[in-house]
Amino acid sequence: MPNPEVVFSARGLTKVYTTGEVEIHALRGVDLDLYAGEFVVLLGPSGSGKSTLLNILGGLDVPSAGSVRYRDHDLSAADEEALTRFRREHVGFVFQFYNLIPSLTARENVEVVTEIASNPMPAAAALALVGLGDRLDAFPAQLSGGQQQRVAIARAIAKQPEVLLCDEPTGALDSETGVVVLQALSEVNERLGTTTVVITHNAGIAAMAHRVIHLSDGRIVREERNTARKAAGEISW
Amino acid sequence: MRALNRKLLRDLWHVKSQVIAIVLVMASGIATFLMSIANLDSLTATRERFYLEYRFADVFANLKRAPLSVGDDIAAIDGVGILDLSIQAPMRIRLEGFDDPVRGLLLSLPDVGSKPLNQLYLRAGRLPEAFAQDEIVLGEAFATAHGIEPGGTLSGVVGGRMETYRVVGIAISPEYVYQIQAGAAFPDFERFAIAWIGRRALEAAYGMDGAFNSVALSLAPGASAQRVIERLDPILEPWGGLGAIGRVDQLSHKFLSTEFDQLKTMATVFPAVFMSVAAFLLNVVFSRLIATQRDQIAILKAFGYGHGAIGRHYAAMVGVVIALGSLVGIAGGAWLGKLLANLYMSFYRFPYLDFVLAPGAVAAAVAISLAAALSGAAFALIRAARLPPAEAMRPEAPPRYRASRLERALPRRWLDQPTRMILRQLSRRPLKALATVIGIAMAGGVLTIGMFQQDALNYMVDQQFALAQRNDIAVSFVEPEGYDALSEIASLPGVLAVEGVRIVGVRLRAGPVSVLTALEGQPSGARLKRVLDTRGTAQALPAGGLLLTEYLATMLGVRRGDLVEVEQLQGARRHFSVPVAGTVQEFIGINAYMDLDAMNALLGEGERVSSALLLVDPPQQAELYRLLEDRPGVAAVGSRKAAIDNFYNTMAESLLIFTFIATLLAGLIAFGVLYNTARISLGERGRELASLRVLGFTRGEVAYILVGELALLTFASIPVGWAVGAGLVQVIVAGLQSELFRVPAYLSTETFASATMVVLSASLLSALIVIWRVRHLDLVEVLKTRE
Repeated sequence: MPNPEVVFSARGLTKVYTTGEVEIHALRGVDLDLYAGEFVVLLGPSGSGKSTLLNILGGLDVPSAGSVRYRDHDLSAADEEALTRFRREHVGFVFQFYNLIPSLTARENVEVVTEIASNPMPAAAALALVGLGDRLDAFPAQLSGGQQQRVAIARAIAKQPEVLLCDEPTGALDSETGVVVLQALSEVNERLGTTTVVITHNAGIAAMAHRVIHLSDGRIVREERNTARKAAGEISW
Repeated sequence: MRALNRKLLRDLWHVKSQVIAIVLVMASGIATFLMSIANLDSLTATRERFYLEYRFADVFANLKRAPLSVGDDIAAIDGVGILDLSIQAPMRIRLEGFDDPVRGLLLSLPDVGSKPLNQLYLRAGRLPEAFAQDEIVLGEAFATAHGIEPGGTLSGVVGGRMETYRVVGIAISPEYVYQIQAGAAFPDFERFAIAWIGRRALEAAYGMDGAFNSVALSLAPGASAQRVIERLDPILEPWGGLGAIGRVDQLSHKFLSTEFDQLKTMATVFPAVFMSVAAFLLNVVFSRLIATQRDQIAILKAFGYGHGAIGRHYAAMVGVVIALGSLVGIAGGAWLGKLLANLYMSFYRFPYLDFVLAPGAVAAAVAISLAAALSGAAFALIRAARLPPAEAMRPEAPPRYRASRLERALPRRWLDQPTRMILRQLSRRPLKALATVIGIAMAGGVLTIGMFQQDALNYMVDQQFALAQRNDIAVSFVEPEGYDALSEIASLPGVLAVEGVRIVGVRLRAGPVSVLTALEGQPSGARLKRVLDTRGTAQALPAGGLLLTEYLATMLGVRRGDLVEVEQLQGARRHFSVPVAGTVQEFIGINAYMDLDAMNALLGEGERVSSALLLVDPPQQAELYRLLEDRPGVAAVGSRKAAIDNFYNTMAESLLIFTFIATLLAGLIAFGVLYNTARISLGERGRELASLRVLGFTRGEVAYILVGELALLTFASIPVGWAVGAGLVQVIVAGLQSELFRVPAYLSTETFASATMVVLSASLLSALIVIWRVRHLDLVEVLKTRE
């Protein structure tokens, strides 16, 4: 059962982007609390504001209005330097397109993060945790999509973050490979107690979450709690 | 090694061909800079040491003849340090198997003890024995040109008598580092000799018992050369003094200084071109590299790397490029500097070369490249550091294209889609296109400078010797002779035409300014030697006025109509004033011209000529030389054509090397710019081009989009390159104006054509590489990966 301790607390989050000549209202007043050790799935169609919300929670972006707190840090008032420190100390990210550095091996991709972390696990251990203990010296180009994504997960968890934020981690993967990645995420959540937020528009994945939050058009439209969670291996799409 | 450092090296390795191109351009800049500086420093240091060790004098004066007792008055001048009174005698040298007339200058050495000033550095052999009558030390340049060694002999006419001397030593002197005959435009090691002989022997041969006709002196510490000259001239005037000069006006020293100035200009112009191109390339390549690594930057930021760390990472990449460029450049510069200094040593007669590669110059080179590289990459680096992580995470927004102005001006059906793509690509980034055009133009510019030297030389020689000075031979007389001497010479076999000129050493004064030069009287309607105006057309000599070389008029600060005081330094030493009738364009020397009859009237010595200019029939030339050499009263016979040919031969090798290096460097720049432009276009648009291939475009059609862009940029750059070249030449020429010569900013059509050819070749090579790359474009791979 999740600990009721609040990790993230967002109130009235609003975000407006200007891309080129278009103004986009990505978030229109979001209120949200996330708890320690919780596995949360953010569901919603594309353009619903999921990624924007995740980016703001992870300190990659700042809201146009509203507030967001991580424990005792006020992220909405933080400057770039404070956000960088916050990301370095507390957050791990996993992205849809893996975003590995192509010129570095699996181990080195993890080391990029462990080298600047205060309490990391060995890069090899993180890769073993995602089932890649035997591909340490492979370059991204030598790995399959699923393997690359697991390297990305290893990289995200190697510093033992309190929060793991995943943006469509299985979006580019087939069902079978995706399941392996989800198993790795679930494993990390359970073994390390990392608060995990997963964005997806794949409703099937929602079954493995403690809590599912539905977004649409920049607002939270529905929230549900899974009384019986499915194991990652039971999911398919 | 930290993971990021590994990334750095691998990223650089990934773009290695582009990195190599930048490193080479940058290294060329550093190398040319260090080469010029090292060469200049080395030659300057060598000259300083040689001057110091061999006591190069500070003030020089020539006169007709004065008793040695006059030396006491000179020594008494306040500020005179060491005094050296010597004898100089002209010698007409006869060489077995060498028909051309050879002039020599015999200089006296003390019979006992060493020369107090302008001492000799013996290359081989020894100095003449005390009071030896027939021993000489021969100047190295001439000895080398004719393969004369100690033990050989040298014969010639001195003071009207045939003498044969034994060469006992080969030497060089600080007075003749640049060994050139007074009045000559170019050095001629084959036809001009310097030799030293014991005083007693020369006194006897030249009738100078107890007398001197040459003064060299050093200044006491703190003394002013100008003051000493002001006191010296009146002392020497009654003895036929020709006006004393300071070291700055000493012929050899002046030529050296002019050459050093030229090197200084080169040390600025070339590196400036290379560094600006290198900065531009760094900017282009790093902007692209950083653009392709947006997501990597984002991920590093997402995991807590700050602005500083990211900025440092990419700055370190630039640093590696600079370090490589510097290393290659410093090594190349040191090597080329030594090579060049040694090449210069074949023109200059220094006893040794003190090679100097100043740490300061190396530091300056590295600092300049650092500044150029960082200014080039700064914008890209700042962008990389500033990129907000969330924005970096998203793919770059599609670039905003517009229909270009050119495109809208043309009817729709004239342009197919690929051409439209080319035009839009160029018009979307006009600044980048402009920078590319300028970058390629720099290559044209460098080549133009490389070939300019030859062009200017050809032009000068053409103007001077084809248009202005058309005689084959000049015969100078010991003393001015009457006009009848001309008809006598005209009757010699092989003489097609004769004209007489009168040349007198004068001091020209206008207000406070005075200049030592020669006044030349030319017969009206002269055909062999003509004075040209600024447009290159022959100008008639006005009866009652002076024509001045433009540079001389500027020195004197006079214009047409102004009066110039003329002080005759030879013969009757008359003083008179003549109005300036106009100026003439001359590239070599500074001269004043007058109508011969008018000049003779002013000099009051009757109808006299001091030289005869001859047009000769080539088959009879050798025979004519012999007759002229034997004619009494002839001081020297000079063949200007032979001198020019010889000079060209001497210069040919170094000009060839210079042109070759410039071509190589220009090609490098052009290729560096074009290749990078093409590679980046290909990188940026790989997806777009692969998509076209998938849609059914042929490889050729796709390659056209890239090659067409290159071609447009190349063509646009060609006229710009001409302009850049012409502009750089103006900069160089501005630094080369001196009394000795004015280098014309002349560029031949061939030079422009060559510059164009090199740029086109580099462009073609880049295009071929692009076409090869397009052929190997992996369609599936490109489309599968995320941009």
